[in-house]
Amino acid sequence: MTLATIAGHEVHVDDEGFMTEYEEWDDGLAKQLAINIGIDLTERHLDAIRFLREDYLAVGETPTLRRVTAVGGIPTKELFQLFPKKPAKKMAYVAGLPKPVGCV
Amino acid sequence: MKNLLVLGAGTAGTTLVNKLRPLLAEDEWSITVVDQSSEHHYQPGYLFIPFGGYTPADVVKPQAGFIPDGVTRIEGTIDEVIPPQNQVKLVDGTILDYDQLVIATGTSPRPDQTPGLDGPEWGKSIHTFYTLEGATRLRAALDEFEGGRILVHVTEMPIKCPVAPLEFAFLAESYFREREMRDRVELIYVTPLDGAFTKPVASKLLGNMLDERKIGLEADFYIERVDNEKRTVVSFDEREISFDLLVTVPLNMGADFVARSGLGNELNHVPVDHGNFLSKDWNNIFAIGDAADLPTSKAGSVAHFAVDIFIDNFLPHIRGEEMPMKFDGHANCFVESGDGKALLLDFNYEVQPLPGKYPVPVVGPFSLLEETAVNHYGKLMFKWMYWNALLPGRKIPLPALMSMAGKKEADES
Repeated sequence: MTLATIAGHEVHVDDEGFMTEYEEWDDGLAKQLAINIGIDLTERHLDAIRFLREDYLAVGETPTLRRVTAVGGIPTKELFQLFPKKPAKKMAYVAGLPKPVGCV
Repeated sequence: MKNLLVLGAGTAGTTLVNKLRPLLAEDEWSITVVDQSSEHHYQPGYLFIPFGGYTPADVVKPQAGFIPDGVTRIEGTIDEVIPPQNQVKLVDGTILDYDQLVIATGTSPRPDQTPGLDGPEWGKSIHTFYTLEGATRLRAALDEFEGGRILVHVTEMPIKCPVAPLEFAFLAESYFREREMRDRVELIYVTPLDGAFTKPVASKLLGNMLDERKIGLEADFYIERVDNEKRTVVSFDEREISFDLLVTVPLNMGADFVARSGLGNELNHVPVDHGNFLSKDWNNIFAIGDAADLPTSKAGSVAHFAVDIFIDNFLPHIRGEEMPMKFDGHANCFVESGDGKALLLDFNYEVQPLPGKYPVPVVGPFSLLEETAVNHYGKLMFKWMYWNALLPGRKIPLPALMSMAGKKEADES
């Protein structure tokens, strides 16, 4: 775990750059994290991000793509448009949550 | 008299009642197990059926023979669990009361959950080996296959026995080589993961094994639908891959009654404490084996290790004490790699599969993360162990918790 400076804040991140402290995140950081992976954050992106944050708080795990669709109500197709190629991983990154567990 | 009710007589449920019955006084606790089938299937054996290694007779036995004296077996379909009333309702209207409930109804392939997967091509050019019926049909399809493109496809994680589709790809490669038609068969492994497997060291090794065998890899492929007319799979990010034969692992979901009872997550798996399998909502409901939402493999080995932990915890639990044992997610899986060889993986929630020897450090006889013939014989021998030792609840000298002894830290670079 290392310290990184994002949008003027010092935050803890893992070796892949995922934030590790839930409380260190805010909307401003999300904007910069999104830019880091080539995404211009819109309100619709933020709907997904907010669901991830709330669900993580309730369940204690980063939700899967299926869960964001089934429980968060955002169609999978749209998630792929908002966060191209690897939506589950990219959403977690922007939301300041651990990388989703690769279930084995 | 108190009632322990176990839903499901698969690997977890059967092992559990066999181990628990001698530990609970028969005049204090009754044990009842409910299952919708009269058969017990050795599910790891399905993999060998398409290649003619096993026949259905190798993998099916009557369930009743594995349920011990002193345990009541009910054949029936579960309609609903009603936790506030401590009752389970069966479809035929029967009401079963419980003091403690264990949900062990596993997880099942659900082709109906992907548009087009169970369409007109299902059973023709689209197959699965995740059911006995499917594996049997696939045997004929492979027999008749004259060449073309085969996709070995995983819909979404988690699935039962997550290495099985890789094993299928390796065995298919070997099978077509033996039939001297490998040059006419293109094999592609299509997965929603970003590599061959989930854990870095094993993923790299298994990825190399695909390369060596000239099996293509299409990663990050999250399927949206199957086009039956064009015979293609289409992903949410609009990649489209054609096939002559699609061997798929459909979405795996827990039983529908779990959802009806309000006990499941979005895949009908029961959220439980990962250390002791107790429901997050109810203090007298457990879920064990594939039915639970544990972040480890859905596999018989996990069910076996988990039952050992459960047994040590259950007696203190019914006395109202703290449960002393905590499961670590221990799993091990043999991975058939073709040509009479196999690898062995051993891991848990925290520690990924690493090279070394198992179960005895240095000595083995099994080699971790390495292809050997001994591992292959281990896998074949396991069928005997399963029927004769594991299900009847006999002591198997494999510790429930994972050990680092005998393992080598791997270089991840």
